[in-house]
Amino acid sequence: MTTETVSKKSLLTPFNVITGLILVMGAALTVWRFGWGIGAVTNLDNNNPWGLWIGFDLLCGVVLAAGGFVTSSAVYLFGMKKHHAAVRPAILTAFLGYLFVVIALQYDLGRPWRLPYPFVVQSGTTSMLFEVGLCVALYLTVLFLEFSPAALEWLGLKRLRNLIHKLTIALTIFGVVLSTLHQSSLGALYIIAPAKLHPLWYSTYLPTFFFISAIAAGLSMVMLEGWLTHKPLHDKMSEEYLAQHDDLYFGFAKGASFVLMGYFFIKVIGIAVDNEWNLLGTGWGQWFLFELLGFVLLPSVLYAIGTREKNLKLIRWTSLLTVLGIILNRLNVSVIAFNWHLPSEMRYVPSWQEIGVTVFVCTMLVVTFKFIATRMPIFYDHPEYKDEH
Amino acid sequence: MKRRNFLGLMGAAGVSATLATKAQAGGNVHFEGYPGSRGVLFDATRCIGCRKCEIGCNEVNNLAKPEKPFTDLTVLDTARRTENEAYTVVNKYDQEGGAPVYRKIQCMHCLEPSCASACFVAAFAKQPSGAVTYDESVCVGCRYCMIACPFEIPTYTYDDPITPKVIKCDLCDANIKAGKISVPGCVNSCPKEALVYGEREELLKIARNRIGANPDKYIDHIYGEREVGGTSWLFISGVPFSEIGLREDLGVTSGPELNSGALSVVAMVPALWPLLLAGVYGITRRTDKINTQEKADAVAQAITETQDKANSDMKAAMERARNDKEATVKREVAKALEEAAKAAEEGDVEKEEEGA
Amino acid sequence: MEHAFYTLQDFLLYTKGWAYILMGASLVVFVAYWKFLFSRDKD
Ligand code: SF4
Ligand code: SF4
Ligand code: SF4
Repeated sequence: MTTETVSKKSLLTPFNVITGLILVMGAALTVWRFGWGIGAVTNLDNNNPWGLWIGFDLLCGVVLAAGGFVTSSAVYLFGMKKHHAAVRPAILTAFLGYLFVVIALQYDLGRPWRLPYPFVVQSGTTSMLFEVGLCVALYLTVLFLEFSPAALEWLGLKRLRNLIHKLTIALTIFGVVLSTLHQSSLGALYIIAPAKLHPLWYSTYLPTFFFISAIAAGLSMVMLEGWLTHKPLHDKMSEEYLAQHDDLYFGFAKGASFVLMGYFFIKVIGIAVDNEWNLLGTGWGQWFLFELLGFVLLPSVLYAIGTREKNLKLIRWTSLLTVLGIILNRLNVSVIAFNWHLPSEMRYVPSWQEIGVTVFVCTMLVVTFKFIATRMPIFYDHPEYKDEH
Repeated sequence: MKRRNFLGLMGAAGVSATLATKAQAGGNVHFEGYPGSRGVLFDATRCIGCRKCEIGCNEVNNLAKPEKPFTDLTVLDTARRTENEAYTVVNKYDQEGGAPVYRKIQCMHCLEPSCASACFVAAFAKQPSGAVTYDESVCVGCRYCMIACPFEIPTYTYDDPITPKVIKCDLCDANIKAGKISVPGCVNSCPKEALVYGEREELLKIARNRIGANPDKYIDHIYGEREVGGTSWLFISGVPFSEIGLREDLGVTSGPELNSGALSVVAMVPALWPLLLAGVYGITRRTDKINTQEKADAVAQAITETQDKANSDMKAAMERARNDKEATVKREVAKALEEAAKAAEEGDVEKEEEGA
Repeated sequence: MEHAFYTLQDFLLYTKGWAYILMGASLVVFVAYWKFLFSRDKD
């Protein structure tokens, strides 16, 4: 037995093979997209200028990365100090989430190299997209700084690491401010299109809806991620992380349950203030109720039962349900209930290439996460900095 | 490109802030649009669907010739929208038991354009002339303007990988400013005077007069007078507007107005959130401190208590020890004396033995 | 230079430019002010 055959064997896992294939396909699609234009690979047209890349990659990507600001503010600002072991995984996910949102955006923009234009050439300050862009850029920087201690510990750059560590509170507060702004302004993007978005989803409360649901999404993502990373990264997790884990679940599940209940009510209020009760009886209304009852109210109640009965399994599955519900909501607003007035043959359905690029970007995210989490002190404390928190 | 970059904006703002006019200082601001700005009135009762306006537009803008020639009127049988190669299109709307009605569509040149409100590089601008123009040199290609336009007008050159851009009618602003033409190409080539170019105020008067003079012929509404805050293109028609593809559910609120509510909240978030969060953090830290203090106090007290107890125990132990010691000493002394006495006795015996 | 605004859009473009500058300023000032406020506390 030589070491060579061993390493070869371990490289050819099904995970690696599939990942490799996806990356090859992604590279090909990238060449196609940038060589032949957006039109060559997407089903976007003049009636449907935004598709999957905005609806999923941008809207869902950003909302699912909300775990970063939710966890760091819970731990550093709201006194859930004993859960500090959960901060790093959440920050890393958020950082990578935003990073890959920005990468995915390059595919959708007509001239991606002009991305800094709003800030350096001419600012369209009336645009909600201006705010989204500004906040995402700033927040990506904040997340990078928040994440950097882990990398600096790994690299052994003590001084710099300690300097940044001192900024934790300020960074956390900036993070909350910026997250509040751009989570809500993603919803506000659609305020300008009352004629195109179905009235049940359109509301002047859209920014609030997006922000509140982002909190629920953030909490749920932290739980879901803890669940998904548990097996593959178990040996990388510190005793402390593991010990606090169940407790964290119960705390976060309570929080998510309450937030979802609030979200449920503001959604209903949204219907009431626009007097859209009659629309609930239509086909779109049923679809709306499906989302509201099945993916907002139900998870809220399930979380509550889960924490009351200390049922970890139920909580985990509920976190998945919540995350799927938020994705459904974002897709409803951006794709499914958007342009609902158009005849069906003019409606948008993503092309396989669009889906391919999305899968490609998600895969890159997972690979990067794995690379970092298996090397840097994410799920455990670096021995030299153990007692600081 | 030079219009408004951030620094320029700051400079300009700095100077003019001191000279702020009443209008911009007041909270309840109202804007009337550029005085004397121009637009076009389209009269659907006059349009015969000849597509001459499409030809005119195609020519003044040097667009590629379409596959089917403009003279081919079968094109009208399918509904069309504006395209990259067609800034304007005419559609046919069949009427039950009557002649079909035709309607031309192009950018409406909104008084408060949604596209401008949406663009994050301010590529669109409402010009004093009335035109809403687009500046390709700053466009990033996000296509949010297309999402925002309630009339679904702007198009995008998706197939261009290097310099894709948004395309829409510019009310022939560039050509008119360059002095090439004085009237938009489409208006100029209409044989039926279904199109009138002029100051919007004048056009509104003309429209009202036509409706007033022929109340049976016209629907009593000028489409574009108030729709989405008003548009520079105005439409009058003999059939309901929704029947000729003009949506009547767009409301009268303009894009900038829709946005302004959310925009005004934006500034409050960075101004107030930190105060609130810092407060929460302060409270958490204080609670922590009080908790630690209490804990420390409790520990200290516990320590003193134990110490006291330890002290008294110690004292007792010492006492006991002292007593013990005394007893031991006594015992030892007694023992020693005894031994000494014994030794003395023995000595005596020895001496006696020696002496004997 | 006197600004005369004829459209709400132009007005918003101008005022929101200022709003954004002030938002940035507020964040910077808050940090400094917080330091000032607590610099005498020893803990
Ligand atoms: S105004 Fe000019 S650009 Fe617009 S449709 Fe008419 S001819 Fe074309
Ligand atoms: S019709 Fe559309 S593209 Fe034209 S000015 Fe209005 S919003 Fe802009
Ligand atoms: S596509 Fe261009 S013009 Fe349209 S909103 Fe984006 S940057 Fe502005």
